Amino acid sequence: MLTMFLKRMLMAVPSLIGVVIVTFLLTRALPGDPAAYFAGPAASQEAIEQIRAKLGLDKPLIVQFGNYVNDLAHGDLGNSLTTGQPVGKEIKSRLPASAELTLLGLIVSMLVAVPLGILAATRPGSLIDHACRVISTAGVSLPVFFTGLILVYVFYYLLGWAPAPLGRLDVFFSPPPQVTGFYLIDSLIAGNLELFWSSLKQLVLPATTLAIFSLAPIARMTRASMLAVLASDFVRTARASGLSPHMVIVTYAFRNAMIPVVTTLGMVFSFLLGANVLVEKVFAWPGIGSFAVEALIASDFAPLQGFVLTMAIMYVALNLIIDILYGLIDPRVRLEA
Amino acid sequence: MTDLAAASRPSSGLAALLRHSRYVIAENRVTGFAFGLFLLIVLAAVFGPYIVPHDPLASDTAAALKPPSMKHWFGTDQIGRDVFSRVVVATRLDFFIAVASVALVFLMGGLAGVAAGFFGGWTDRIVGRIADTIMAFPLFVLAMGIVAALGNTVQNIILATAIVNFPLYARVARAEANVRREAGFVQAARLSGNGEFRIVLAQVLPNIMPIMIVQMSLTMGYAILNAAGLSFIGLGVRPPTAEWGIMVAEGAAFMVSGEWWIAFFPGLALMIAVFCFNLLGDGLRDIVDPQRRT
Amino acid sequence: MTAIPLLDIRDLTVEFQTRRGVVTAVQHVNLTIAKGETIGIVGESGSGKSVTSYAVMRILDRAGRIAEGAVMFTNIDVRQASEDDMRELRGREISMIFQNPRAALNPIRKVGRQIEDVLLEHVKAAPSEVTEKAIEILDQVRIARPRERYHAYPFELSGGMCQRVVIALALACRPQLLIADEPTTGLDVTTQKTVMELIVELTRARGMSTILITHDLGLAATYCDKVVVMEKGYVVETATARNIFTAPAHHYTRKLMRATPRPGASLRDLLPEEEAPASSAATVTKFPVADRKPLLVVEKLLKEYPRKGVGGMMSKFMRRGPAPEPKVFRAVDGISFAVNRGESVGLVGESGCGKSTTSTMVMRLIDKTDGTIMFDGEDIGEIPAKQFAKLPMRRRIQMVFQDPTDSLNPRFTAARAIADPILRLSDIRGSDAIRARCEELALQVGLPVELLDRFPHQLSGGQKARVGIARAIALKPDLIILDEPTAALDVSVQAVVLNLLQDLKESLGMSYLFVSHDLNVVRLLCDRVIVMKAGKIVEEGPTERVLFAPEAQYTRDLLAAIPHPTFEPEQADPARVAAGS
Repeated sequence: MLTMFLKRMLMAVPSLIGVVIVTFLLTRALPGDPAAYFAGPAASQEAIEQIRAKLGLDKPLIVQFGNYVNDLAHGDLGNSLTTGQPVGKEIKSRLPASAELTLLGLIVSMLVAVPLGILAATRPGSLIDHACRVISTAGVSLPVFFTGLILVYVFYYLLGWAPAPLGRLDVFFSPPPQVTGFYLIDSLIAGNLELFWSSLKQLVLPATTLAIFSLAPIARMTRASMLAVLASDFVRTARASGLSPHMVIVTYAFRNAMIPVVTTLGMVFSFLLGANVLVEKVFAWPGIGSFAVEALIASDFAPLQGFVLTMAIMYVALNLIIDILYGLIDPRVRLEA
Repeated sequence: MTDLAAASRPSSGLAALLRHSRYVIAENRVTGFAFGLFLLIVLAAVFGPYIVPHDPLASDTAAALKPPSMKHWFGTDQIGRDVFSRVVVATRLDFFIAVASVALVFLMGGLAGVAAGFFGGWTDRIVGRIADTIMAFPLFVLAMGIVAALGNTVQNIILATAIVNFPLYARVARAEANVRREAGFVQAARLSGNGEFRIVLAQVLPNIMPIMIVQMSLTMGYAILNAAGLSFIGLGVRPPTAEWGIMVAEGAAFMVSGEWWIAFFPGLALMIAVFCFNLLGDGLRDIVDPQRRT
Repeated sequence: MTAIPLLDIRDLTVEFQTRRGVVTAVQHVNLTIAKGETIGIVGESGSGKSVTSYAVMRILDRAGRIAEGAVMFTNIDVRQASEDDMRELRGREISMIFQNPRAALNPIRKVGRQIEDVLLEHVKAAPSEVTEKAIEILDQVRIARPRERYHAYPFELSGGMCQRVVIALALACRPQLLIADEPTTGLDVTTQKTVMELIVELTRARGMSTILITHDLGLAATYCDKVVVMEKGYVVETATARNIFTAPAHHYTRKLMRATPRPGASLRDLLPEEEAPASSAATVTKFPVADRKPLLVVEKLLKEYPRKGVGGMMSKFMRRGPAPEPKVFRAVDGISFAVNRGESVGLVGESGCGKSTTSTMVMRLIDKTDGTIMFDGEDIGEIPAKQFAKLPMRRRIQMVFQDPTDSLNPRFTAARAIADPILRLSDIRGSDAIRARCEELALQVGLPVELLDRFPHQLSGGQKARVGIARAIALKPDLIILDEPTAALDVSVQAVVLNLLQDLKESLGMSYLFVSHDLNVVRLLCDRVIVMKAGKIVEEGPTERVLFAPEAQYTRDLLAAIPHPTFEPEQADPARVAAGS
């Protein structure tokens, strides 16, 4: 078992190296003068030269790369022009907001999509099957920012059920004492139920938007995988042995069907992390996505670079966890080493 | 090869494909519907700018923020431009972006994948490394990074979309080529005196094409969403260009205050286009599945 | 004593809803099995034999249904029973084992647990003792070290062991009836024998009835009391095993009997009576024995493959079992043999013996590790495989593949497939000339010319095989390597194709290297036989000598493993009587 963990972690290293190299190249590949980009549109020639020296842009590429990696190791992602703050600090403080939103969206999505896929596969041709197929095809066609806007229009403007899309909390509330950074958890820890409800209400629409977005690929994969497994030889054996439908569907079919679904989760996460940026813009959510978008508008380059790097590293970590999970579920992978 | 194609009856080739397509469409109305919709989109893209009732760029502040009416079917936006005209004209740009991205990624990813799957060895390792490195990023985030680094142009959106889809294509092409690498008919082709390259081009590729075409149709949808998403956050297309994503961005603020039509119609157009490409992809998969041919 | 039969199938008709309408897979089938009886259901593909058994257990596909007739199991009406009742029956009173044992087991569940599931479901053991019971059952099916193997996953076990586990699952609850659907197809012939004997031993010991479904008439006659022959959904004959084998009544049964390769029959004898030529005398060979110079000479041929790395130091600490095997795997371990002009040499062995690797090297599709391959005096072993395709020498060695479907490009018509070698390696040019040559070849292999413009999925198995053969002989090669060319074909089609191959060999003066695991087929077609095991040659010599008086123990084991019914067939075989030999 330990070999498997170590092996998997070792396989993540080349990805990390690749990520660091690509982000480095991206920032140096800027058309025109990178120093000017980092200095900002309003900078004087003097300021640009200062930035150039500071970033080491006059040195050979290898030295620049060395400096870059060195800075990264110390958590130095440069400074934001608009706020003057270190980018690393900003990202750290904003990360929980994005994480809470994305995780909630994913959990809700899985709670709906997986049962939907299973039911569609076990009742082919039924209403649920058709509904699942329509949702899967339509779901991947919906632009996530459009869904968000429609939800806001219907549930806030027309029906008044949801609060205004103005961030994580209603203006009257202040955030709970920081434990995890997740308002839902922290407010419960602090015993503040009013705060909990307020955070939840603010979360509903954006999380639903993300959930709708990731619902389609998960439902589609679950259904396809379940169908394939239900048609397999070993399920036929299970049925011919007279095992109860519950045993056949849950213990024999579902566990095997989940294997490809877990691997799909990696792809779903990729989409979610991208969709996160769009949803944060629609709902004015103070996460790292909106941080990056605001920086873009102001031509503030360092936060964007830090954002891409952070997202990529998080994604590598997520994939590692999925890989390990996959190894735990499937003994063929676990025991081959 | 052409000698024999002339000699054999037209049970192969384009005539048979068309005949079979008609049969499948007759059976499966949804695919027929998708085909029809696709043609509509193509027509709008080609002829749109010539037949719209208003100039998509003409602003008329007096008529700003008017809801849908007989004069302005989709209403007007915040500086008085006709939303309907802009939506139709935007079809051309979005469709062009989709087609260009898909063509580019098919060439890059498809060919790289086939080579990697069929020849293995270093080709496989290099293509694999490139694909893995790209896939280490959340794809939309990488597209953001690329467009931000290279500059806000349509060409860069196309390039970024192609790069971001490269791993998927390469992987599909590689898997298909790999399966066929040791197939009996490939061995037989070697026995018949075919060199490796000729086998890839003349024997393996025709077998892979159908799956690649299905993949291309599905990616067209994704390419449009990608471009729209980038425009939504201010990367790529710039105002006053008519593009669905940027129109939704411009109309977003007004959603909250009740002027829904500015963002709604371009968003709806996006949805319909992507939905059409996805349906088409599913339908194409049915057509080209050789077991279904009679 | 007229006891109620255990299973009574009356006028059973099964239909399937397909895209092209209703297909009737089983028509008005009548069958009875008494307690303790073993019956075999024999038929070729499409005969409906498997569907009948699925109907008995009511595990038909969603699209299938019992349209007419009744199935009575003791006094239970299977057609009317509720799903709950059926579930009680399945596994507990009626069990089934299938082809492809590894796929029949849950890949992510320990085999011991899978047996427990069945025991617990049918309440045959209390939860506290079920593990012991499962281990006991594993022991009964002769799995060594059952306590350890309880924890094994299917991918860790061999094909034969997996089949034993499947048998264990089926017999765990001591059912009254066992249905075995092609249980030994795909297994090596020696494994086949041990599995069949295990099934027979266990079922007889428990007084169980058995239905054995197979395409192999010899297998059925050896192990069954009664045999039912099915064709295209109908039962054409039901008789005791002895009568079926010694005096088949229906002409289809006779056709099947004749087509089954068996000791004492010649190639012509395999064909249906109407098609057998007037004289069954051995056909004259084109090359008299004296002219048989060596065409292919292989010396000390070696092929090694590097084993998948088992990680360095880490794995040494983490290792569970004994030390891993050496770093290379010798598929072919220094063998030498020759094929003379006009000769047909058989290369036999079980899976993994290296025969296919040898033939692929001789074909120059893969490179050898060491040794020489001389063809007509030239050293072709030295030329790398990648370059060989373009040389004129390529014309002279061709191959007929095992799987006719896999060896034809799905996007090429039959004509295009046959024309491929002509286009690449011959001097014929011009669409008319090429088409003419294709039609000529089609005639030679008995393929109707209209079929030339069809795609592979529009052709039957036998037709595809003919296309493959036409392609192989297109360039008039000197040597053809045939890699199990009839393994995927029905036995009646096989008879025709084997005769075709023999005729072609004679008329075109070719030599054959015939790779097969089926000794009976080899006996019919080959002058000499080479027996391989684990990469080495175990025995070789003239066919008659090796197969009638084998010297090596392994050859004897192989021959003994072939199912042969033990009632004097030699004297009473009407086929041979009719042929006048």
